[in-house]
Amino acid sequence: MNTSPLYAGFIFDDGRTDLKNLLIYLKKQRRECILAPLFKLLEACFDLMVPLVVKAIIDNGINGGLGSGYIVKLSLILVALAAVGMAMAVAAQYFAAKAAVGFATDVRSALFSKMQYLSYSEIDKLGTSTMITRMTSDVNQLQNGVNLVLRLFLRAPVIVFGAAIMAFTIDAQSAVVFAVVIPLLSVVVFGIMLITIPLYKKSQSGVDTLLKKTKENLDGARVIRAFAREDSEIDEFDKHNAALTKIQLFVGRISALMNPLTYLLINAAVIFIVYIGARRVDGGFILQGSIVALYNYMAQILIELIKLANLIITTSKAIACGNRIGDIISGVSQTLDGGDSKIARNKIEKKNDYAVAFDNVSLKYTEGGDEALCGVSFTVSKGETVGVIGGTGSGKTSLVNLIPAFYRASGGEVTVDGVPVDDYDKKELLKKIGVVPQKAVLFSGTIRENILWGNESATDDEINRAIISAQAWDVVDKKGGLDYVIEQDARNLSGGQRQRLTIARALVKNPEILILDDSASALDYATDAALRSAIKELDSTVFVVSQRASSVMFADKIIVLDDGALVGVGTHDELIKSCEPYREIYFSQYPDEKEAVR
Amino acid sequence: MKNKGTLNRVLKYIKKYTPKLVLSVIFAAVTSLLALYIPILVGNAIDMAVSAGNVDMAGIAREIVKIAVCIIAVIVSQWLMNVLNNNITYGVTRDMRNDAIRKIESLPLSYIDSHPTGEVVSKVITDVDQVTDGLLMGFSQFFTGIVTIFGTIGFMLYLNWKVALVVILITPLSLITASFIAKKTYSFFGAQSKIRGEQTAFIGETLGNEKVVKAFSHEEKSIEKFEEINRRLEKSSLKAVFFSSLTNPSTRFINNIVYAGVCLFGAIAVISGGDGALTVGTLSSFLMYANQYTKPFNEISGVVTELQNALACAARVFGLLDAQSQSNDDENAPESADISGRVSLDDVSFSYDKSRTLIEHLSLDAAPGKRVAIVGPTGCGKTTVINLLMRFYDVDSGKISVDGTDIRNMRRRVLRRSYGMVLQETWLKSGTIRENIAFGKPDATDEEIIAAAKAAHAHSFIRRLENGYDTIIGEDGGSLSQGQKQLLCIARVMLCLPPMLILDEATSSIDTRTEMKIQNAFSSMMRGRTSFIVAHRLSTIREADVILVMRDGHVIEQGKHAELLEKGGFYSELYNSQFKK
Repeated sequence: MNTSPLYAGFIFDDGRTDLKNLLIYLKKQRRECILAPLFKLLEACFDLMVPLVVKAIIDNGINGGLGSGYIVKLSLILVALAAVGMAMAVAAQYFAAKAAVGFATDVRSALFSKMQYLSYSEIDKLGTSTMITRMTSDVNQLQNGVNLVLRLFLRAPVIVFGAAIMAFTIDAQSAVVFAVVIPLLSVVVFGIMLITIPLYKKSQSGVDTLLKKTKENLDGARVIRAFAREDSEIDEFDKHNAALTKIQLFVGRISALMNPLTYLLINAAVIFIVYIGARRVDGGFILQGSIVALYNYMAQILIELIKLANLIITTSKAIACGNRIGDIISGVSQTLDGGDSKIARNKIEKKNDYAVAFDNVSLKYTEGGDEALCGVSFTVSKGETVGVIGGTGSGKTSLVNLIPAFYRASGGEVTVDGVPVDDYDKKELLKKIGVVPQKAVLFSGTIRENILWGNESATDDEINRAIISAQAWDVVDKKGGLDYVIEQDARNLSGGQRQRLTIARALVKNPEILILDDSASALDYATDAALRSAIKELDSTVFVVSQRASSVMFADKIIVLDDGALVGVGTHDELIKSCEPYREIYFSQYPDEKEAVR
Repeated sequence: MKNKGTLNRVLKYIKKYTPKLVLSVIFAAVTSLLALYIPILVGNAIDMAVSAGNVDMAGIAREIVKIAVCIIAVIVSQWLMNVLNNNITYGVTRDMRNDAIRKIESLPLSYIDSHPTGEVVSKVITDVDQVTDGLLMGFSQFFTGIVTIFGTIGFMLYLNWKVALVVILITPLSLITASFIAKKTYSFFGAQSKIRGEQTAFIGETLGNEKVVKAFSHEEKSIEKFEEINRRLEKSSLKAVFFSSLTNPSTRFINNIVYAGVCLFGAIAVISGGDGALTVGTLSSFLMYANQYTKPFNEISGVVTELQNALACAARVFGLLDAQSQSNDDENAPESADISGRVSLDDVSFSYDKSRTLIEHLSLDAAPGKRVAIVGPTGCGKTTVINLLMRFYDVDSGKISVDGTDIRNMRRRVLRRSYGMVLQETWLKSGTIRENIAFGKPDATDEEIIAAAKAAHAHSFIRRLENGYDTIIGEDGGSLSQGQKQLLCIARVMLCLPPMLILDEATSSIDTRTEMKIQNAFSSMMRGRTSFIVAHRLSTIREADVILVMRDGHVIEQGKHAELLEKGGFYSELYNSQFKK
């Protein structure tokens, strides 16, 4: 149930104008967007002529005595109107479908692109399943909405007002009722719409919750079963599911009022037409056929309104979805490489000669939250290997995440090659840095494709070299070469295999700075040691984040973190003498040496 | 007919709502028939207004009262019908999703491991939604449509059979057109939903790992691939959407022809007089029918296309619901067991992919309270042993027994609850920290929870969180570090303390200082408990009673630390490599 605060936090604007941001994607479909309603409009005009023809048949053909020849002629006109109307309608459906599908495709593309450029903090805030719902069911609903709107939104008013105007041309006094009923109908239709839109938004967030629960139950299948908690997970799902159903029923009850209320208004108007019409016939102002025509026009309005009511339900759903999509598209990515950094680039000056330097850097993930890092300063020269060690939650990952500017420091300055990371074009910065994240993620595709992520233009030779350095050669060998297809979530690889391939992926980049964020945790000591010596061969500046003293003790410089603060920098030998937290860590892993050093 | 089978399955879900359905049908009939009666009343009134000075106002007033009564009856029954329909469809949706989650909980791990999460999620969420949309449209429009069609025909025959015949003869055309379009549309929808599935899987994978995508500046490549799928989807969707939307204009055209026919024959019948004569009022009723006659056909054909789409989605949902569940537990197996913790593997063989052998002829006997460490290079089958011990997978041959009982003859929950498991992959549910720690023992008191957290050395960081134990953990652990998550996983086990333990790389993300403290807690926890530890850390391994050294699925060495070192085999090689700098 915690999606809503997350979601609310993501609305950068006031949320109402977000739909506008989507409408620009209709521009490309401008031709279709004009043609579809236009053809619908023409179809509607032909429809509006029908009651007039009928009136002529009754007043002239039947009561006027013009006879069967006249009736046949007018009936043929009706057939012609029907044929032309159909042609118009098919054209309209085609253009509407084209516009809606094209629009949805473009929105999906834009949304996907936007999501690709969200900052890390925005991804944290938004959550994966919300992102997925926006991309899938929300866009689909939007497509339906646009399709229906193009087809009906123009047709409905044209028929409604057209019928009213036609009624006035027949007999102004009887037609007064049209002027009364139409505003009332609008109040009912739009009133219900205004009430239901926020409710639909709420029900959609209920769907989000279910999606999250489903995903969670699949991802956590092992743990849930290990604790034999299947039943309580089912209960919990049922509870969320029941809550969703309750909202849906509530919205349904309100929107179910739409049809009966419109029906009531229209038929009250019919009573009026019959009564007033009869008196007008009695007074000799109009003929019998006019009542039939007026009645017909009222019926046309009813049919159109029923469609409009259905349309409004679809539209209000679509608008809710559209707003949610708009929220994301209009959200300004905090680390966009916008004009600011471009301007800064012109007057870039190197502030120092270090490969990486931290100057009194602090980091907060959330406004008002605790500092993950505070006042960290150190420098690293080119080619140095830096070990980063510290307790769980001491800020090791936070520290290395600042180097590629995944997050923005809340205080102080991080420089890479002497230039503040914020001044870099993001891509340029990332080109210099190879990251092996904690979680070993690979993507569906061949091993080669995955390694190429690091460097698109790498030759097979370069790939193989990276794989060998990453100690992953046996994986590739066992699986039958670079063309082995990795399944989604790399389910066909073990944790250690995944980890080594992610290392190869970073190595193939030949990065100036290599960051290994606890990337050897699933490796056994032998492989870890081999990897270490291979990395030692590189010219890169290397950051090794680890829990193991053995992984960092060979480093040129070790950074010791404790609770977000830097508590020691130096070589293993220096630290073992002077830095108490480091000593604790080391001796916890090498208890035998404790005596020896003392 | 696969389609028909799917329909029957959907109907089975609806069966539960039979009383509501019956009521809904009754209200639909009342609504439609009374709505059809109104044009006749209006026609009567029109006939009373023939020409100037020839109008029966009193008669008209009587008709108007009848009309008013009908209107009120129609709106009441229409509203009730709508509410009932909502009840049925949203109920069916809820039931389907409830069944789906039950299915998910009973699927064998092999299914879950081999199907992308996104794909299954899309079945439970998106596809079920589509089924709802189809059903809702079906219910709200199908019955009224049918009643209206037959009601109209009945009323028309009653008014004038000759003109009615014109309408009835042209009707089949409308049906044929609608069903032709529906058939065409079904295959287009199928193609669309296939590409959509592919796209959903890609979206899930990419957005799920967005941080990695960004770290490699791979955004453009991902977008490129997305675009490719997206363009294919566009083409396929355009076909599906356009063809399905042809139904409306086609049936409307046929209806307009009917309308023209009624005008022609009706008007001629009025002027011809005599036996089959019509009045202008009756003609007006006829025209009204001809007009409204469009609606049910449009709706029914709309419903048909929507139902086709819904059925395609329902078939996918049933695909999930029909997946083979894990075998049932032995009914005679005891509901609980007092397990002392003797675990034996007897000539066990297993592989995921039957064409490639993994574990072969593995035998091991762990006496109660013994500590078994499993070591070996990555990918040698250590995790697989755990899958087998927990019975996430069943052995291909041989058997695993606990206290002498084949685990296949035990209830899974009894077996699993007797293990405490901490895995390398730290999964936490979204919910509070408290809920997560109490996961294995929901009725634990606050004191117990805090004690477990303290034992796992998680208490101090939890206390520092904004809301302490009531801090809500977001999706996938949210803002907690990997190590903090692992501490919570350990606390989760600390609270239950079952007779056997499985620790898979249990402390890989915890700093060694904390780990040392935890190790102490672990040591006391392991005392008297049979423990299986997949470990890289030698401190854990050294204290083990038996070390299994695995390589390529085989146990190549087995013994105590000192013995194995002395032997100078693979183990000593592994061990010594740690100190290589």
